This record gives sequence, structure tokens and C-alpha cells, in this order.
Amino acid sequence: MSSLQSTTEEVLRLAAEHFKVPREQLAPDDDFFKKLGINSLQALDLLTRIEHHFKIELPDYELQGVSDFRTLAERIQLRL
Amino acid sequence: MLDLREYRSLGEALRAALKRWPNEVCLIEADRERENARFTYRQFQEAALPLASALQDAGFQSGTRAAIIMTNQSKWLISAYAIFFCGGVLVPLDYKLTAAEQLQLLAHSKAEFLVVEYHLWRAIMQTERFEDLATRVVLVTEAPGGADLGGARRWEEFIAAREPVFTPRNRQDPACIVYSSGTGGRPKGCLLTHENYLEQCMALTALYPFSPGVRYLSILPTNHAIDFMIGFIGPFTCGAAVVHLRTLRPEYIREAFTRYKITYMTVVPMILKNLERGLRQRFADLPRVRRGVLNALIATNRALTRRRPNLRLSRALLRQVHGAFGGELRALFVGGAFTEPSTLQFFYDLGIPVGNGYGCTEAGTVITVNDFKPFRADTVGKPLPGMEVKILSPDAEGIGEVAARGKTIMSEYIDDPEITAQAIVDGWLMTGDLGRIDAAGHLQLFGRKKNMIVTEEGKNIYPEDIETAFEGLAVKEFCVFAANYLWPARTLSGEQLVIVLHPEAGQAISEDLVRNLAGRNRRLLNYKRISGYLGWERDFPLTASLKIKRGELAEQIRTNLDRSAVVSL
Repeated sequence: MSSLQSTTEEVLRLAAEHFKVPREQLAPDDDFFKKLGINSLQALDLLTRIEHHFKIELPDYELQGVSDFRTLAERIQLRL
Repeated sequence: MLDLREYRSLGEALRAALKRWPNEVCLIEADRERENARFTYRQFQEAALPLASALQDAGFQSGTRAAIIMTNQSKWLISAYAIFFCGGVLVPLDYKLTAAEQLQLLAHSKAEFLVVEYHLWRAIMQTERFEDLATRVVLVTEAPGGADLGGARRWEEFIAAREPVFTPRNRQDPACIVYSSGTGGRPKGCLLTHENYLEQCMALTALYPFSPGVRYLSILPTNHAIDFMIGFIGPFTCGAAVVHLRTLRPEYIREAFTRYKITYMTVVPMILKNLERGLRQRFADLPRVRRGVLNALIATNRALTRRRPNLRLSRALLRQVHGAFGGELRALFVGGAFTEPSTLQFFYDLGIPVGNGYGCTEAGTVITVNDFKPFRADTVGKPLPGMEVKILSPDAEGIGEVAARGKTIMSEYIDDPEITAQAIVDGWLMTGDLGRIDAAGHLQLFGRKKNMIVTEEGKNIYPEDIETAFEGLAVKEFCVFAANYLWPARTLSGEQLVIVLHPEAGQAISEDLVRNLAGRNRRLLNYKRISGYLGWERDFPLTASLKIKRGELAEQIRTNLDRSAVVSL
């Protein structure tokens, strides 16, 4: 089973790939809405990609109130 | 469709619909690529009546208030019908609010019953004020086996075999209490009567007909007035079907269009823009020759549908585009916030008319909507049949506050005659929006008179509601404003909130303070965040009860500072 640290790293890598930004520009505590300039629908798109990668299902409501990569990784970790 | 003039209540009309079209599909619940449930009108009734019976066994009476906090799914509509069947007053609460906010509105609404999804109930049970919850019966859906429900009952097991007794209501009786704002300040619970809904439904379905075979894709929260009307009452009273999608992910919305041959869908501007972005990208990725052909077909369609839409022609000309939407799409509706005219035109040119509407919960949803006779991208359309709209104190350009009057306007904000009297004057609803009616009778909107913003997700954000997040800041006083309220602007896009900080005497706005401010701001949901702060050195004007005189403070700020004084966060 992956550690939270490796899950966070994977989430950052997937986000960088998905939104075409250099990985090193993203940090675990970044507010992804602000940093990536995205809206909630675009964040949901990322969530779909994350689901496919980790082979899990995350209901939309899991993203409710989440705006940084670390918390997102924690939500994923709970379902791994 | 049913002749709604013959019915006195939503319960009576829905009951007649369930009998009228027993074998038509009325409701499909899908989640991603799965179909969770499918009901004919008869099956829907068979699912709802045992719940209604159990509600009555638990003491549910005519006028009992019952709240629902759920995402879009079949149990939402089944529960709502059972509540109306029993003569209840429905309180649809926003599932996206925090649990503490939901508790606050549950208390304010005096709801005795609550139907709630398990994950939301779990959050409510964990709030500090959970013990204060006065709701008598709580029904929790989809709770895992063995879960601690804190005294609540399982929705799936809350059934009774005996035939429930239908409870009639009158047209002037309350049907719903819908909160338009007030989670942090003064709750505004709009009381909407059965007549409000029946009249609105008649007006909307006259413009955009529903009938058996029509499928409406419901992705906006059903607790919002617009989806409650167009994604429940409208289709059900016409024998049509509602497709609930339990995710807003763009790829699954696209799949739902083709799988269910969707006829109508309502979206907020953000979703429409997202669809536009996706389509533009797909067009741009086409080989050069195919792209040229497509552009020529779009231009042809635009020229041939200038006067009014011609679905058959558009579907023939732009077969692949319409195929991607399932081939049966008649129109999209957009509302809740400002939509760029270029986006509306983009879809119209593809042969997909977008009914751009304007309204608010207080008006029973829609005030004006585009009727496509002809299509106009630059307005929010004409008043609905039965709705009067006038412009108050128009300036030289004809722009003033929009007021509306008709049978769909709410009767009051519950338990608050003071704000009701401010909102409804001589029978006219004061919308707080600025607009102009043009020569063709179309309403154009130009900005707001009131202190609030609307996001592109269609969320109305009132500054008072988020001020609690900043309580305890190390300043003498603070106040949140919509930037366009401080400095009026004739635009409805890119609206932002700013906080005005008045430091203690002799102190400046320190880095620590800004860090604290930014930290608190981040804990707010992303669409509720303030964009910047403003330093202010004078005492705020206060009322005798020590409340801030917001209008007066705004006037002082407006006179002394301009937008450049705002420091971005």
C-alpha cells in the first residue's frame, strides 16, 4: 500500500501533467484553484484522471471544501 | 400535459401525473457509466407511498415542515413527493453548505423531519452544535450496515404497509421554504406557495413543452429553485422523464447525452463555458479541410436560422455535432449568473438554442427567458407569461432597478416581516439588479444595486454570510463588501468580494494580520473567498444596536478611495 507521501507525489505529478505545468511549480499545500487558475469543473476533471490512475472511485462530494493537494491526497489515501 | 389550473397543490398535481402516465419512465438515476435506478410513474408511486405511510405513522401532518439535504438522486424526488402527498412543507437545503450552516437553517426553518444522505449526516453529527438539533425524525439514505446513525432511522427501512391518506392543500398554502441566503447572517427563507409553483410551471412549459418521451438531464442541485421546477415539477406534470446524474464530471455529462438521448438540460454559465471550451478544442483538432467544411456548415446554419431555430435543418447540417449531444437535444437553459453573449451565440450557431434566463428564488425561479423569436444573445429575454417587469427610477439610458410582479412571487421571508417589507413593495419584488427594457421588450442586465456577488457557478454570495469566517481578526472592526457595490460597475462578470479592515488606533495592517486573513480566507469554500483587502482608518458608522451601517460606510469609502486601493490576497 502506498504511503501518504507517495500518494501526494503522484497527485502532484498527475495535476502537473493534466494542466501542463512543470511539476516543480506545484507543492502539496498549494491551493490548486488559485495556483492552476482552474474552476471546480476542471478540478473534477482532474479527479477523474486520479480515479483512473489509482483505480478507485471518489464521489464528487469528496472534493467539497478541498482546495490543496495534500488534503486531496489524504482523501485518496483513505480509499486505497 | 396536465391542465394545472385544475389543481390546488403540487401534491395533487403530482398524484394525478402518476396515475395519468403509469407506464412512462419518469425517473432514471445514473452514476458515471452505471444506471442505479429507473422508475415508471407507477413504480415511482409504489416507492413513495410506503414512505408517505410511515411518515404519517410518525405523526406527519398537514403543514409539517420536512427538510431534504441530498445530492441529485431518485430518493430526493421520492421523498419530496411523499412529503407533498402528506400535505407537508418542503425545505430543500443546499447539500454544499457546511454541516454547521445546514444545522443553522434546519433550526431556522423549524423542520420537524429531515431526509439526508449518509455522508452529509455523518458531517452533521460531528458538528459542535449537533446536540441542538431539534428535528424530530431523521431519515438517512444509503447508510452502510452497522453505521452509527445517532438516533436517526434508515430511509430504506422507513416504510409502512397501510395505504397512506392523501392530504389536500390549497393554492395559497405554503409548499416550500427555500433559502436564498443568510447562512452567516440573517437567514432569508423564501416562502413559496403551491400557486407560485403551479403558475410558474404553466408559464415555462408553455414556452418549452415537455411531454412523454422528453428527457431532462438534471445536474444542477435539485435544492435550487431552477432544477426543482425544470428538473422535477415541469417534467413530472407533463409525463416526461428526469435523468439524474450523480456526478458533474464533464466526461460523464457528455456520455449521458448520448446514452439517454437528452432533450433539455439546464446549466450554470461555468458548465456552458466548459462545454464550449471542449467543443472548440475538438473543432481545432480537426484536419484543416474538415475544419473548413465544418465552419462553412456553421455559417450556413447561422444564416438559415437567423429568424428562429430550425432543429431539423440544424441536425441535418451539423449531424456530428448534434450526434455528440445524443441527436435529440432541443435546447439548453442557462441561468443563475451572467453568461457571455459569445457563448450563447456559439451554441446557437451550432443549432443548439440556449434559453438564457433571469430570475431568483424570491420570484419562484424565472422572471424572464429568451423565447427564440428571434434568438438574442445580448439579453435575458422577455418576461414569462403572467409576469410584469418594470424599471424603477430609470436614468438617462433607461437603466434602473428591476422590479417584478406576478403570481409566482414568494409571499414572504419566513419570520422576518422587516426584510419582507424591503423586498416586496406594493406587490412588486425589488430584485436589486440593474437593467433596462429595450424596444422589443427584452430585459438587459447591467449590474447590481445590492451588496452581493454571483459566481459563474451560479452561487449567490452575500458578504454578511462570510464575515463569521473573519471574526476575531486582530483589528478594531472589519466589513466585507462586493467590490461592485463599493464602486458601481456596469458588468455582471468577474465579481469579487473585498474586506475593509479598520486597525486598532496607532496600528498598521501587519504582515501577521495579512497572513491570518489569508489563512482564514483559504478555509472558506473557493467560491466564497475574498479577493483583497482595503485599509480604512475611520470608525465605521453604526446603528443604535451597534450594527454597521453598510450603505453609509460604502458611501464614505466610495468618496475617499477607488479600486486601486484594494490589495490583492
